[in-house]
Formats: sequence, structure tokens, C-alpha cells
Amino acid sequence: MSGHSTYQPKSAFTRWIDARLPVGRLVWDSFVDYPTPRNLNYWWTFGGILSLCLGVQIITGVVLAMHYTPSAAGAFNSVEHIMRNVNYGWLIRYIHANGASMFFIAVYLHMFRGLYYGSYKAPREILWLLGCVIYLLMMATAFMGYVLPWGQMSFHGAVVITNLLGAFPIVGETITTLLWGGFAVDEPTLKRFFSLHYLLPFVIAGVVILHIWALHVVGQNNPTGVEPKSKTDTLPFTPYATVKDGFAMSVFLILFATFVFYMPNALGHADNYIPADPLVTPAHIVPEWYFLPFYAILRAVPDKLMGVLAMFGAIGCLFALPWLDTSKVRSMRYRPQAKLYFAIFVVVCAILGLCGAKLPDDPIIPGLWSPLVIDSPLNSFVWLSRFATLYYFAYFLVITPALGLTEKPRPVPETISSPVLPGDSDKKD
Amino acid sequence: MLRKVTLLAAALVLVGGPAFAAGKAKEPADIAFSFEGPFGTYDQAQLQRGYKVYREVCAACHSMNLLAFRNLGDRGGPFYDPKYPNANDNPYVKAIAAEAQIDDLDGETGDPVKRPGIPADRFPAPFPNTIAAKASNGGALPPDLSLIAKAREGGPEYVAALLQGYKTPPKGHEPASATLHYNEYFPGNFLAMAAPLAAGKVEFDDGTKSTLKQQSEDVAAFLMWAAEPKMEERKQMGAAVMVFLVLFAGLLYASYRRVWANESH
Ligand code: HEC
Ligand code: HEM
Repeated sequence: MSGHSTYQPKSAFTRWIDARLPVGRLVWDSFVDYPTPRNLNYWWTFGGILSLCLGVQIITGVVLAMHYTPSAAGAFNSVEHIMRNVNYGWLIRYIHANGASMFFIAVYLHMFRGLYYGSYKAPREILWLLGCVIYLLMMATAFMGYVLPWGQMSFHGAVVITNLLGAFPIVGETITTLLWGGFAVDEPTLKRFFSLHYLLPFVIAGVVILHIWALHVVGQNNPTGVEPKSKTDTLPFTPYATVKDGFAMSVFLILFATFVFYMPNALGHADNYIPADPLVTPAHIVPEWYFLPFYAILRAVPDKLMGVLAMFGAIGCLFALPWLDTSKVRSMRYRPQAKLYFAIFVVVCAILGLCGAKLPDDPIIPGLWSPLVIDSPLNSFVWLSRFATLYYFAYFLVITPALGLTEKPRPVPETISSPVLPGDSDKKD
Repeated sequence: MLRKVTLLAAALVLVGGPAFAAGKAKEPADIAFSFEGPFGTYDQAQLQRGYKVYREVCAACHSMNLLAFRNLGDRGGPFYDPKYPNANDNPYVKAIAAEAQIDDLDGETGDPVKRPGIPADRFPAPFPNTIAAKASNGGALPPDLSLIAKAREGGPEYVAALLQGYKTPPKGHEPASATLHYNEYFPGNFLAMAAPLAAGKVEFDDGTKSTLKQQSEDVAAFLMWAAEPKMEERKQMGAAVMVFLVLFAGLLYASYRRVWANESH
């Protein structure tokens, strides 16, 4: 969209269309002729992979919805009906259930990519914010989707998470009542979650269009973080990016298929094969893996309201990031110190995920005595999650702003295609 | 603070994420089931024995509401016969179904009647409702077994271990009431189900020796099939999909190399 169009309609028919509604031109300019930096690595293939994931979820979801019954009495059995009696229903459902996890694997890698290469920095702030909105919508969609099979974990997970919103003063109760459609998670909750679960993916698709629009206005970032300066810095999207994205997608699909065909329940929870029973609470309520880091942050804070605020704040940090980063250099490839703190950040996110899966009071090292600090022994997952939460926030609120002002970055190349500078031997990082 | 995080992280890696030791339940022993692995299939003879155990013992207390008799004759099922691709025609399945008495309504008068089952009927439940089920079981509800092998951590291994895990409780660990039974594998150790199986309890038609272990593993395999009847179909399709995807990825990689051959990047 930037620059002028090189589209040449080939036939009378396409010329006729082009003069009236130039969709062909739009596609040509966006996905064929569109200039992409020539040095993009495989971390740049996740955008395409994410579009694939969204498409897969929508297609499988629409088919599931043809056979699914959104009622407290019928939901569980209708999912089993899909698994047992609908032709290839098991396939559709396993693709949809594992597809949600694949979607999140891809989005997390996509986001870490953005963090590392400074893709949120000017002029890409709106592009980044739209990405954060997509991520929020994905979490809402996946949460509501997980409630639909109406198993034990669906039900009690919904109870725990919706109750959190009740922690807000004044408006909390109104929000939960509205979400529940009553005074507890029940039939009306399931019905509205189904309706919203059907709606939100299309809202996501809309925001994705804005996201790509913004991308095509400002252009892609690249591993050097240096904007393309001339024609020699870029290559046309097709065939160069298309074939690379295509290859990455097929590798991603191999991982996807491994889960669907050989371990379809590995990412799920056994309790969700027990029909929901409000009177029996599972011993250990855990959300899906992709929520675990936030769940750990929530439980790290002893006060419920503060915990909820911390959880939302953790996502808020992502939104604020473009204005928290003071670095003049975009890519961490030239910021050795930032690289180190980033690596710790990635590990901390994984640790938070682990903490979210454990009971807070479980010892990290069994049998090791440790002093009681405030409310729990130091050797417990709740304390680990507290340290990790501290680092998480410090990374955004202290390290990122301070580092940009104090660090000494390495020299940055003039242009993308200029020969690598002396001492800059790490082409792949 | 940074150092603390790294130290804790290092400690974490060293311990290697110890398993949840909650409830003092024993880890079920691994069983080399025929359906494990990417090419594993159900052992039809084992499924038949397992069905017999269910039918003669477990069905007295446990329903399997998600299963119909016709499922027994589906591809991959205990009584699948390639001669009858439609399980409703399978004479063996018809005979099993006909042994059951199914509640129905008389088509003329609307009076409740009993009639012999047909393959399309679901397995009949032992109790008319959950209240009756609890009343007959010391207040505990025997769970529906259709999905049990997927609904418990440990799956079929857990089921097999549970059925063999009854012991006299250790000193000082006596059950609170006579309706509770000590079991090493049950979380919390006391459950309301008395040991349902014992050596010789079920006579196997194929001459297999009817040990407690044999019965337990056979019924666990049957319950795994009941929970995941499309597993064989899934793995077969998976093999084809994998071959396709690997070839496809290889082809794309080759194209990628060709397209980029003359471009430095
Ligand atoms: C006399 C009735 C009775 C019979 C026969 C019986 N069960 Fe049970 N079973 C129960 C009851 C009652 C419970 C619930 C126990 C509890 O929750 O404390 C139960 C629970 C179970 C559980 C769930 C344990 C858990 O982890 O919650 C399994 C699995 C099970 N039975 C399998 C079987 C199998 C397999 C058979 C046949 C070999 C069988 N049962 C025969 C009454 C019975
Ligand atoms: C952003 C895209 C989407 C995500 C991340 C998502 C996620 C999920 C998840 C996690 C589940 C629970 C799966 C399980 O454990 O069984 C689910 C179920 C379901 N979803 Fe979606 N979904 C998406 C899009 C859609 C769409 C577009 C539709 C319908 C048009 C849909 C329809 C359904 C239905 C009917 C179920 C219940 C059946 C089942 O549980 O398998 N989904 N979804």
C-alpha cells in the first residue's frame, strides 16, 4: 500500500473489475509485490502461521457448532456425540481443541519476536497495540471456548475466573452478574459464552485486518531493526516470503498433527472428561497452559483485588511498552545487555507458567526446610512466583526504561544489505 | 533479586519438577498395552474379555451411558467383523443386545414395557437414577464408566492398578466406616467400592487364565476403547497425514532453496 501500485490487470474482465472494485489490486499490492526486508528470519513466519490458526479455528468451530448443544444438560453429551457419532467429528474436535494451544504457541513466539527485535518501537506502536488487542480477544475466546464442553474443569475454571472480576469494588458484582446471567455459573452463562465464543473470532479477524493494514503502512521490521533504505534491501513478498512462510507453516503443521493424531489429550486436563457437577469441586483447578503465567501472577499477590490488578497490569505492561522503552537502537541484536535481561525474562515467563500449574504451598525442593516468610515457607511455589512476578514487572517498568538510557549498544549497520560490520558475526540470533 | 531468581530457577531445574505427591496415592505401574505408541491397536481378544468383565461384574453398579450395543461391532471394537461393516447387521452384536431388557413404551397403548434390546440401544444403566445408585452404594455414586479411562490421571493404568490395589489398611489407618475400603492407588486411599474382582471371578471364553491381574488389565483395555473408540482410525489417518506433511514440507523446502538461491540474505 505504501508506494504506488504496479498491478497490471491482464484480461478485459480483470480490467473491468479493477475499474470498479480493485480487490485484485489490493491482493497484488499486499501479498505479491509488497516489499519485504530481505533478511527476515524464521521468527517472521509466525504471522502467516497465526492467520492459518485463525482460519483453522473458524472452519472447525463452525462445523462443531452444527452439532454442539449449548445447554447445561446437553453440552457434554453433544461433544461426546461429536467424538463418537459425527463423521470425522473426533478429528474436527481434536483439531479445534489442540488448535487453540497451537494458536497460543504461535502468538507467544510472535510476541517474543516483537520484544526482542523492538518491533513495537516507532513507527509501529499502533501495529503493536492492535496485536495486544488480538491477544486479549484470543484469551477471552479461548477461555469461553474451554467452558463449552461443560466438563468439571470447564465449570470450575469458569467459576474461579469469573469470580475474580467480582473483586473489583462497586462494579464487580454487576460485572459478574452480567457475565453469569444470574447469580452463579449456570445455563445462561453457558449460552452467552457460546454466543460470544462464536462472535469473537470474527472480531479477531477484523482486528487482524487492521493489524495487517498497519503493517503495510509502516512496513515490516527486520532482524537488524534498520529500516530498508533502497530497493536492494527488500524482495517482493511473492515468491520470496510466500515460499518461506509456506515452508514454516508446513513444519508447524507437523507439530500440530503430532498433537491431533498422537497425543490429542496431552494438553488438556483429565477432569474435563467428567461432566460438570457444581457440587463436586476438583482437588486442583488449573486453567489451560496458556493462562498459567497470569494465573501465577494472580496467586502471587496475597490480596484478591491486588492480585487481579497485577494480572491485568501484566498485560497492561505490553500495551505500554512502546512508551516504556527508551532505547535508540531497535533490535537487541546490537544490545548485549538487553539480550541478557530478555533471556531472563523468557525464563521467568516459563517459571511463572510452572508456578501456575503447581499448588502455591507445594515445596519447590521437597523435604528442604525453609523459614516461613509472611504467609508461606520460602521453599514454596508461591514465593517463587513472587520473585518471578517482581522480575516480570521490573523488566517492563525498570529495566527496559533504564537500560535504554544507560547501556552502550554495539554499532548498528548502515543498511540491511550493507556488509556486516567488523565484529558483528552473529547473523543468526 | 535477579540472582535469587536465577538461583531458584537453577534449583528448579536440578530437582526436575517433582511429581505432585498429593493424597499419598501410589503411582500406577506401567502396563505395556497393545494400543500404546503411534502404531498401537486394540487387541480384539482382550477387548472381548474386558467386555465380559464389565458385563458380568462392573455393570451391576456402573452405567456406560455413552455406549450403544452397535459400538461393540464398530471398526476397532471388540466384536467387529469385516463381514458386517454395518454393526447393526452383526449377528453377534444382535445377540448381545437381545439379552438386555430395555425400557420402552408400547406403541399402541403407551404403557411402559420391557423389550429385548437391538444394536441401536444404549447399554442399560443398573439404576434408574443417581439417588437409587447412591442408596445402593453406601451413599457413593458409582461413576459412569464410558470415559473413565480418559477422566483419570494415569488412564487405563490407573484403572488396572485400582482394581488390584486393595490391601488391609496399615495400623492406625482403619476406614471411618464399614462402607469404605482401603486402596493404595485411590487418592485419599479410601473408596466406597469394595474390591470388585478376584481370581476366577470371570470365566474367559478364549481359555485365558482368569487371574486378578488379567481381569483388571482386560477391563482397563476395554474401558480405554470405550473412552476412545476412534483411536485406531485416528492413528491410521495420522500416519498418512504425517507422510504427506513431511513430503510437502520437503517440497516447500526445496522450492525455498531454489527461489532464494540467487539472493543473499
Ligand atoms: C458393588 C458395586 C460396584 C461394582 C460391582 C463395581 N464398582 Fe466401581 N465403584 C463403585 C462405587 C460405589 C464407586 C465410587 C467410589 C467412591 O467414589 O468412593 C466406584 C468407583 C469406581 C471407579 C472410580 C475410582 C475413582 O478414581 O474415582 C472406577 C474406575 C471403578 N469403580 C471401576 C470399576 C470396575 C472396572 C468395575 C468392574 C470390574 C467396578 N468398578 C465394579 C461401585 C462398584
Ligand atoms: C480464535 C479462535 C478460537 C479459539 C482460540 C477457540 C478455542 C476453543 C477452545 C479452547 C475450546 C474447548 C475445546 C475442548 O476442550 O473441547 C473450544 C470449543 C468450541 N468452539 Fe472454539 N475457538 C475459536 C473459534 C471458534 C469459532 C469461530 C467457533 C464457531 C463458529 C467455535 C466453536 C466452538 C464450539 C462449538 C466448541 C465446543 C465443542 C468442543 O468443546 O469441542 N470456536 N474453542
